[in-house]
Amino acid sequence: MFKAKQSKLQGRKRIAPEGSFREQLPMFVMISPFVIFFVIFTIIPILSSIFFSFTSYDMISSPKLVFFENYRRLITNDPTFMVTVKNTFIFAVVSGPLGFLLAFVLAWLVNEFTPKVRAVLSFMFYAPSLVGNAYFIWQVAFSGDSYGYINSLLLSIGIITEPIVWLKNATYLMPIIIVVQLWQSMGVSFLANISGLQNVSRDMYEAGAIDGIRNRWQELRYITLPAMSNMLLFSAVMQIQSSFSVSAIAITLAGYPSKSNAVDTIVSLMQDMATVRYELGYASAIAVVLFIMMVTTRLLVGRILSTVEK
Amino acid sequence: MFVINIVKSLKNRLPSKNKMAVRRYTRSKFGDFLNAALLVAAGLFTMLPLIYAVCTSFKPLDELLIFPPRFFVRRPTLGNYMILPDLMSSLKVPLSRYIFNSLFISIVSTFFYIIVATMAAFVLSKAKFKGRNVLFWIVQFALMFNAYTLGIPRYLIFSKMQIIDTYWVSILPHMASTLGVFLAKQYIEGYIPNALLEAAKIDGASHYRVFWSIVMPVIKPAWLTLMLFAFRDIWAEVPNGTIFSEQLKTLPQIVTQITSGGTARAGSSMAVTVIMMIPPILVFLISQSNVIEAMSSAGIKE
Repeated sequence: MFKAKQSKLQGRKRIAPEGSFREQLPMFVMISPFVIFFVIFTIIPILSSIFFSFTSYDMISSPKLVFFENYRRLITNDPTFMVTVKNTFIFAVVSGPLGFLLAFVLAWLVNEFTPKVRAVLSFMFYAPSLVGNAYFIWQVAFSGDSYGYINSLLLSIGIITEPIVWLKNATYLMPIIIVVQLWQSMGVSFLANISGLQNVSRDMYEAGAIDGIRNRWQELRYITLPAMSNMLLFSAVMQIQSSFSVSAIAITLAGYPSKSNAVDTIVSLMQDMATVRYELGYASAIAVVLFIMMVTTRLLVGRILSTVEK
Repeated sequence: MFVINIVKSLKNRLPSKNKMAVRRYTRSKFGDFLNAALLVAAGLFTMLPLIYAVCTSFKPLDELLIFPPRFFVRRPTLGNYMILPDLMSSLKVPLSRYIFNSLFISIVSTFFYIIVATMAAFVLSKAKFKGRNVLFWIVQFALMFNAYTLGIPRYLIFSKMQIIDTYWVSILPHMASTLGVFLAKQYIEGYIPNALLEAAKIDGASHYRVFWSIVMPVIKPAWLTLMLFAFRDIWAEVPNGTIFSEQLKTLPQIVTQITSGGTARAGSSMAVTVIMMIPPILVFLISQSNVIEAMSSAGIKE
């Protein structure tokens, strides 16, 4: 029976050598559903959005081609845009790497425990993203009167003598939004890292221990990190995506425009343009510029990660 | 089949529970203690809003209005939950219909989301044809384009396809998940050695068979994670001008009707929030118990 199977196999192999179209046909079949929906629901909308960025379009009359006018206005004639670029970069530089590290360190620490404990701990860190828009709780916490949780706590300890208006103070706004953003966005990278750590072979750890690895730091450096490089790239990309796209949290907590534009981001500006002022062409131009910034960052991070690996 | 047997034997060889319970001797006791203390502190911080929501849902009206606001509940009551049927009685369609719609759309979408994304990821990481790298870069870049301005073009496409105000408009867009493909692709590339696939091919397994019997079991932790993300997002999704018939509306849409009642309804709106969190939490529990089981198949190496 074995022989028969083999000769049948060889027969098939002659007709369809590896890498040929016929041999790869099942691969095309398996990827086609995604490609079809991806083109319809993502690529075509992105291309039309790029097209809109070269037009003046108020969603009522049809788009009018203005070529680079939107971009010119954006760069030379919109002081708000420059402020939002600065704010977005601060978010990206601070909360991006911080979120990346936190998501990995927490996943790595949680992974040390037995499966049941790990499930409970994972749940605790996953909870914020479960409650959806639960960041309104921070509004109560940072409330500006003496009844806000944080003010009443600080008052009772005696650190401050009168309540601080947290969400209307440009100095405090940025750190507050960064913390809330980290708290909200960590879930995805954290769980991706957890799932990655589960497939790092236990044998590798045992072999490592025999080879003279003595503590958890060496083990992290020589076994875990190299085995996790794919997941780390994923979570880096997710962090770029979320830290460049801060807006809902900032708008909910600080309003738009916020006090002295302290936490207005590119996406907040874009949403304002699209939904309040009906300037879809201009909003699209902002989206394209943001896209270019994120892609550049992605390429840079890829470069950094691959040098670190070596 | 030979390779399937390898996977099975690996499962048997690594009984997860025993292995996990054994102390690793690269661990110091002090480090373990520090680790636990740190995690519990961080965990409590991240849990705060959830605890707050649950507490508030049990608060009687006078405690809701009290100043200064209290975090915990003093005299818990079920009142906020008990009046929900009354608030729901004005609905045009029976509540069960909305529950059915929500569950139907979430489960069907999540299922196909996972299948479509993992199949594409398998092809992107293991197929041998030109252009797959280009396609993967396009997927990654598409992830970077802020979805906000895509709403209008998407709406135009929905209306061209004539799927507005049908179930399709809530289900089909989820088949194009760039995040799903990206995560699954990274996972397959990281943890499925080519040798395993080659062995399967020599054994006569077709590409479909390889995908279904080898790739899917090994990447179980990855697609269980995707299941969490997908279900959570789809469950909470509010259609943006694409659903008008009352028969097709989902729970999040009627929840907004209930919650828009000012302070007096703050308690009930929290109660609804808590109830809405139950299905995603159940999905989390299911996935975690499966992840633990899937652990035992880990450790396939070159």
